[in-house]
Amino acid sequence: MALETQDIRLRSATTMESAPSARSFRPEVAKLIDLSRCIGCKACQAACMEWNDLREEVGTFQGSYANPLHLSDQSWTVMKFNETVIDGSLNWFIFKDGCMHCADPGCLKACPSPGAVVQYANGIVDFQQDNCIGCGYCITGCPFDIPRMRKQDGRVYKCTLCSDRVSVGLEPACIKSCPTQALTFGSKAEMTELANHRLVDLHERGMAKAAVYDPSGVGGTHVFYVLPHGDRPETYGLPRDPSVGAVVTFWRSGVARALGVATMFGVLVAGILHYMRYGPLEVPDETEGKTGKEAQS
Amino acid sequence: MNVSRRGFLKLTASGIGATTVGALGFSADRAVADVRLFKLAHASETRNTCPYCSVGCGVILYGLGDRSKNARTEIMHVEGDPDHPVNRGTLCPKGASLLDFIHSPTRLKFPEYRAPGSSEWKRVSWEWAMDRVARLMKDDRDKNFVAQNAKGQVVNRWNTTAFLAASASSNETGYVFHKVIRALGGVAVDNQARV
Amino acid sequence: MTNSWVDIKNADLILVMGGNPAEAHPCGFKWVLEAKAKKKARLIVVDPRFTRTAAVADFYAPIRPGTDIAFLGGVINYLLSNDKIQHDYVRNYTSAALLVREDTGFDDGLFTGYDEAKRSYDKSTWNYQVDKDGIAKVDPTLQDPNSVFQRLKTHYARYTPELVERTTGTPKASFLKVCEAIATTAVPDRTMTSLYALGWTQHSVGSQNIRSIAILQLLLGNMGMAGGGVNALRGHSNIQGLTDLGLLSHSLPGYLTLPTDGDPDLKTYLEKRTPKLLRPGQFNYWANYPKFFVSLMKAWYGAAATKENDFAFEWLPKIDGAYDVLRVMELMSQGKVNGYVCQGFNPLSSFPNKEKVLGGLRKLKFLVTIDPLSTETSEFWRNHGEFNDVDPSQIQTEVFRFPSSLFAEEDGSLVSSARWLQWHWKAAEPPAEAKGDLEIVAELYLALKKLYATEGGAFPDPVLKLAWPYRITKAPAPEEVAREFNGQALADVPDPKNPGAFLVKQGEQVAGFGVLQADGSTACGCWIFAGSWTQAGNQMARRDASDPSGLGVTPGWAWSWPANRRVLYNRASCNADGVPYIPTRKLIWWNGTKWVGNDVPDFKADSPPADGMNPFIMNGEGVARLWAPAMADGPFPEHYEPFDTPLARNPFGKVLNDPAARVFKDDWKAFGKPDEFPFVATTYRLTEHFHFWTKHARIPAILQPEAFVELPEGLARKKGIRNDDMVVVKSKRGQIKLKALVTKRMPTLTVEGKEVEVVGLPIHWGFLGQTRKGYITNTLTPPVGDANIQTPEYKAFLVNVEKA
Repeated sequence: MALETQDIRLRSATTMESAPSARSFRPEVAKLIDLSRCIGCKACQAACMEWNDLREEVGTFQGSYANPLHLSDQSWTVMKFNETVIDGSLNWFIFKDGCMHCADPGCLKACPSPGAVVQYANGIVDFQQDNCIGCGYCITGCPFDIPRMRKQDGRVYKCTLCSDRVSVGLEPACIKSCPTQALTFGSKAEMTELANHRLVDLHERGMAKAAVYDPSGVGGTHVFYVLPHGDRPETYGLPRDPSVGAVVTFWRSGVARALGVATMFGVLVAGILHYMRYGPLEVPDETEGKTGKEAQS
Repeated sequence: MNVSRRGFLKLTASGIGATTVGALGFSADRAVADVRLFKLAHASETRNTCPYCSVGCGVILYGLGDRSKNARTEIMHVEGDPDHPVNRGTLCPKGASLLDFIHSPTRLKFPEYRAPGSSEWKRVSWEWAMDRVARLMKDDRDKNFVAQNAKGQVVNRWNTTAFLAASASSNETGYVFHKVIRALGGVAVDNQARV
Repeated sequence: MTNSWVDIKNADLILVMGGNPAEAHPCGFKWVLEAKAKKKARLIVVDPRFTRTAAVADFYAPIRPGTDIAFLGGVINYLLSNDKIQHDYVRNYTSAALLVREDTGFDDGLFTGYDEAKRSYDKSTWNYQVDKDGIAKVDPTLQDPNSVFQRLKTHYARYTPELVERTTGTPKASFLKVCEAIATTAVPDRTMTSLYALGWTQHSVGSQNIRSIAILQLLLGNMGMAGGGVNALRGHSNIQGLTDLGLLSHSLPGYLTLPTDGDPDLKTYLEKRTPKLLRPGQFNYWANYPKFFVSLMKAWYGAAATKENDFAFEWLPKIDGAYDVLRVMELMSQGKVNGYVCQGFNPLSSFPNKEKVLGGLRKLKFLVTIDPLSTETSEFWRNHGEFNDVDPSQIQTEVFRFPSSLFAEEDGSLVSSARWLQWHWKAAEPPAEAKGDLEIVAELYLALKKLYATEGGAFPDPVLKLAWPYRITKAPAPEEVAREFNGQALADVPDPKNPGAFLVKQGEQVAGFGVLQADGSTACGCWIFAGSWTQAGNQMARRDASDPSGLGVTPGWAWSWPANRRVLYNRASCNADGVPYIPTRKLIWWNGTKWVGNDVPDFKADSPPADGMNPFIMNGEGVARLWAPAMADGPFPEHYEPFDTPLARNPFGKVLNDPAARVFKDDWKAFGKPDEFPFVATTYRLTEHFHFWTKHARIPAILQPEAFVELPEGLARKKGIRNDDMVVVKSKRGQIKLKALVTKRMPTLTVEGKEVEVVGLPIHWGFLGQTRKGYITNTLTPPVGDANIQTPEYKAFLVNVEKA
């Protein structure tokens, strides 16, 4: 495997002082999602599944163009649709949901398992499932409700921003597929410039409220948006002012360390139990999967 | 603050736990991480055209194996052709999932025959099926071929067997199919363009 | 498409009406967004539904399905009455100045010459006034009341904004806003492109919908321009190619036509099809028809096609009327069709009125399907519960299912909507015993040929003597076939302008259709494809993506028919003096000695502007036809209601439906009335769908797993239907059961004072594949076709909806 040692910026639950970081002269990457150009075609969703070898069970119609309705361990990006009337005229809010790759990632900060969540020097926040203990704290710690537990193996999954592609110099699969350039990939600096440029055009077209969504509460994100209705992030499904939970910040501060002794054995036991339950290698549990599907239909 | 009380407890526990696990020497001392290995490193590449709509997007078919004699190529990934002037590497949701079309479990693998009144398919050989179809076609043509119309004009047509041509097969297939149909005197032929 | 996908980026205004490219052609639609982003172009969408295209539009206007002519006629009226036309262009390049016969007219819904019993027109009065040499008369001032221009004005004066609103349901303010936007492109240096698809063609008035936009674009001077044109976004990857190759009942390759019973010999046949010059000094390129036809016969019958036997003319079938799919289904229902060979086609899902199709199929003696997938058609005899409730024991059809390869498993060429012939390469073998379509067709032919050789039979000559020059007879190589349809010289062809020299030498591939001959010295399987595989090799496989002009022409990428020309009628992008109308978008120009440019000139290369040859070289008039006397249902488009209409009378006149549309006797009772079926329905596919194929692929099945119908909120409220409820949708033809999606995206329209609700029915699901099983949507659609070309009216019909 391609063990990368000099490319890590942050690593969950790790006390190392700092990563080897001589190779610092590199851009941070970013995905810009310009929703004014998005037609909700789901090419990104399809390309994500295809590249990452993910396949949901075929579900059922659930009252929307969206399918599945929400992110899952098999759907790392999902298109969502919302019809809203503003000032008497219909607007169709089409939204691509998926990991924001926060500069200050709540999932990573919340993760108790060493190295289960890492942030690469290029800004991608990636889960290392072999280090994951399935506690689900990343799920709680994420202000955007992104990570999903896989029932079959008790690990948590989410968009990797195609770290495998980016590591060999390719754009992520969703970016490449997008037919309308609603998705663009490049350095954060360049994407920010592009986003601001797009705003000029949108303002000219009368979309006075168009805005960039790159929330500072999480230190900015490596996946960020141009929202035609920038005054209504919630209508798209985005939190207005997301931040890494104050508790996460609190215990990361070190003050909490003194309180740790009582809980540490509990966590150790949890880790061991997880190992015992799921093991290092396990044939996926077919029965469980089927039950899930039937429950859906 | 977007953390519920339960979340608070969970997080406190995990934070403290993690910190102490680290303190007890369970944390790695190196910042290492894996990205998934890039799966196309040595895959063969074949230029093709998306078979769905008429935008005619260029696609690259990635095949398992390097086309050496002993490797049977299995298409393992499909991606847009970045050189193509129209799609420039992009694909729509259908194009982006062409892999699942190629490997559809409902693709046909063998010639099949359903006998009159039967409720089942029967697997048959190509030879048998071709001979049988040719026989049925010839019998119908010989019986119903119209050499002259009621006015005595030479018309040389066969209108009791009809043909439909695919809208996604190649020009080469379409051209030969057309040539054969007209040689047989066929007039009842259409393709998807009609509908 | 007259233009190309990339050319859309040159447009100032994009009108999407009768199509939904964001969903059906997403990768082509990117060029719309490119025009918006880079050129500040505006996108207008007119559609019964607020589609995904509308989601990124600058302006959206709703319209009742089946009323596009009323809308476009209203725009034509707006342009004419507000003097928003490109005068120079209209005067010089359209038939505006030509005079039509005085005795031609239009009265309360009917043009002159109508025969009610036959439901057809005697079109003789629709002709031009001609002099003794057959040359059409003109009035360059456009003032003569019989000039096409004045006739046009009179005809469309009735299409007032008020009547448009009453008919289409489009609010007048929205309609006028669209008119104003369109009118901005009447100046020479602004263009509008029209993107349409089956939303315009699948109507009983489909051809006239297209005629309407053609008239509009001509008045605006947008034809032949970079960023202009009338762009049909074809549905399938090679539907353009199959059309070019003439796989339609009445066609031959290259838009030649099959002889009819009234064509006893080659001479008569050619005379009827070789058009006369209608204006002096025009190119009249179809005058070359005999060269194209004789070359085709040489390609098909080789040495057996001789001058003495009229180049095997008698071996071609003569057609005695229509054999389009609707007629074939009618014949099948009457038990007059015994065999059906469906190569890559799924009629049970695709054709209107599934019950009628099913009834026809079960009367067949044999059915052969050739397909990579298990199609519903191939299993029409099998009981799939409520979705296909048949008793196999009662169906005596012998059914054969041949597994074929798909795109990834073959070499060959496809023609994109932009007329580009693109070569593709085989990447893998087909699964198990599946074979290429070409191979299957060849084996079938050889099996028949063998029977005719050994047993004799009805008229065996054409079967036995068909040219089959392929190295492996059972498996013609795509390369061999491609070389055949490009054409080659069978003898040295002398250059008439240069004694002693030759245009092409014996055995050489022809470089273009310009060298084809009517004397049997050349063979060419499809004249418009001549140039695709020349002495220089396979032009369709070219991959030079460079675009020197920046206009998206990419002349070195693949090969475009005709003659590698990327924008049709591009001569019209220059004024009469040969100077481009838009200096920054120069496609071609006259350089003082010849026509040159960034694209291949669509013109006689050495004809100087002063000679007055006009740009529309395929027409005997040399100009584009605002008035089209060849149409079945009138020289000008006129609004008629769909055959399933919510109205009792046509707001435009006394004739309710298209008077020349063909309806089979038994089908008259298949139309619904609004009292029983109060809602207007339209069918379409969503972007996750490709007709009935992608339901066989897992990812698209995940993205749209189950059948649903889109219902407006108002309708749902009235019927007590909530989102995700199961509902029954009924038409006069049948009923289907599926889930409801309640939406705001289909506004309630007010038409003739009453509320009209539109119901949206995606086609896609069926009883085979990876998705949930579903009813075939075409259970509901009406069995009537367009008056000119018989494309079924899938886009406008009546239904009722009830909670299941």
